[in-house]
Amino acid sequence: MTDSAPERVLEVRDLKVHFPVMAGALVRRQVGSVKAVDGVSFDVRRSETLGLVGESGCGKSTTGLAVLKMLDITSGQVIFEGEDISDHDRARMRPIRRRMQMVYQDPFGSLNPRMKVAEIVGEPLEVHGMAGDRAAYRERVASLLDMVGLLPDMADRYPHEFSGGQRQRIGIARALALEPTLIICDEPVSALDVSIQAQVVNLFQDLQERLGLTYIFIAHDLAVVRHISHRIAVMYLGRIVEIASSSELYGSPLHPYTEALLAAIPIPDPAIEATRPQQIITGEVPSAMRPPPGCRFHTRCPRVMDVCRSVDPPMRDMGGGRAVACHLHGA
Amino acid sequence: MGVPLLSVRGLSTEFRTERGTVKAVDDVSFDLAAGETLAIVGESGSGKSVTAMSILRLIPDPPGRIATGEVVFDGRDLLKLEDHEIRSIRGNRIAMIFQEPMSSLNPSLTIGLQIAEPINLHRKTPWAAAMDMAAELLARVRLPDARSRLRSYPHQFSGGMRQRAMIAMALACQPQLIIADEPTTALDVTVQAQILALLKEVTRAVNSALILITHDLGVVARYADRVCVMYGGRIVEAGPAREIYARPRHPYTIGLMASVPRLDQAAGSRLMPIDGQPPNLANLPPGCAFAPRCRHATDLCRAERPALASSGPEHHSACHYHDRLSA
Repeated sequence: MTDSAPERVLEVRDLKVHFPVMAGALVRRQVGSVKAVDGVSFDVRRSETLGLVGESGCGKSTTGLAVLKMLDITSGQVIFEGEDISDHDRARMRPIRRRMQMVYQDPFGSLNPRMKVAEIVGEPLEVHGMAGDRAAYRERVASLLDMVGLLPDMADRYPHEFSGGQRQRIGIARALALEPTLIICDEPVSALDVSIQAQVVNLFQDLQERLGLTYIFIAHDLAVVRHISHRIAVMYLGRIVEIASSSELYGSPLHPYTEALLAAIPIPDPAIEATRPQQIITGEVPSAMRPPPGCRFHTRCPRVMDVCRSVDPPMRDMGGGRAVACHLHGA
Repeated sequence: MGVPLLSVRGLSTEFRTERGTVKAVDDVSFDLAAGETLAIVGESGSGKSVTAMSILRLIPDPPGRIATGEVVFDGRDLLKLEDHEIRSIRGNRIAMIFQEPMSSLNPSLTIGLQIAEPINLHRKTPWAAAMDMAAELLARVRLPDARSRLRSYPHQFSGGMRQRAMIAMALACQPQLIIADEPTTALDVTVQAQILALLKEVTRAVNSALILITHDLGVVARYADRVCVMYGGRIVEAGPAREIYARPRHPYTIGLMASVPRLDQAAGSRLMPIDGQPPNLANLPPGCAFAPRCRHATDLCRAERPALASSGPEHHSACHYHDRLSA
């Protein structure tokens, strides 16, 4: 990154994604809504990795899909490379999708079993009319496979012939086909065996270095997210509760939920675990249909105060790119 | 260790598949003392779950078959028992907790009935008293509002609550051994911590032994007294948890530890992955199963399978070069 202010690839402003909940057998009417994402703002700078972490129902995957406009946005803005795409329809999204791609969690479900690897990886090129002649196409597919550490002769095989880690590499090659700026990775290693996860994590880092890619890395595993991310946004029930550089977030978490998440993850060393304070928060994540009033975390917060039960804490800028939404860190 | 509570000797379990017979568990031996927590660590296909299922003789036959070995529990070889005898041990003296509570609970029976059933079955406690005990058990696993929860059905519970109910069910007959197969893999991280802490606390309270099957090296570090690392159906390293983490003596264990990111490690450091893919059990190499992925492998490793040998106090490693390795 240069000395000047880092260029923002993506700006998300007060993003809301609400899903209607319908009831009634004859007359369907809306009886409520699931506020999957409820006022989320963040920036992603060029060539950085922003981690999105949180437990199920926190809205991290919905945020990723909304940024790609694969879901309807209820309100708010998504600005990609300076262009406000919040109200873009499918036709106007088409040229933009080339520059934002997705890598999915399930390397088994996300590849068409009837297509050969070459077709899977090359399909985006054809869809976007960039396939060129047959020789150029084969060459491009071969170079994509090489980029993700697969051999050129694998192009004519089918997905079932590959292991989970290799399939994830195929998914990454497909995402790279159109030379995107931004790749949204939704739990890309959580379905893989431990010894394979590291291979794929390293591949993501190598590709970022070589191609200057920007990532949003969505995962529930804070250790993996901390390892790969430059900055991390912690989400809880549709909101970002804390955003900070990954070393600050681990070194001095400000939000009690961030503390709880960190404490919940055991460190693979019995000597350290034996002396580590075991602060385990109680309860589970409440329903996103009826989030608690005030601070959404107050029902599980070990440091809850009266004000937390009624007043929703705003996101406060703590300087240095750090922000937290907690009354403990009020003005 | 005096007389162990559980002693597994030379256990081998096979599955007949279209591509021939697969040895999912191959000559596995370990002991477990009363009140002890043993973690069996491994990746998919390592044989860790099949080992657990074999102890309770829950291997579907066909296609599976326990080929050889002994599973001596409290002085009796479980593999030699009649069907009705093993049934009187399952859920009574040895209980099992599975990964996915939704598929191990019966969706059409109330939670109370499912917890009371083993008490009624094994202890011949009348239903009304068994239901009272079920309420107590639910309170012990800290399910709020335990008594009224007896009438709930599994679908009315969250994932964490279901796993609490599974633990209550496992505790119902005060078993001497609980086998938990990836009990928290399907749960959120904060709930995972709650459930594991609860499991550890309740087993400690009744001095019951725990076999914890997991792929998570962090979970092992936090909860296990001893560890068996499995690879390709065999135990490749075994010993006290602290010893194994401080002085791993098998390249696979060393590789696993270097490949997981740690919260206490500076970001930006590079992970050291293990190259290659986990082995195909139907087509294991003749020598050490890890040799194709091992950076220390020699011709000896490719030709001859290393036996589990002593590599320190209570520490065993199945590597030809265990005394020359360092992490």
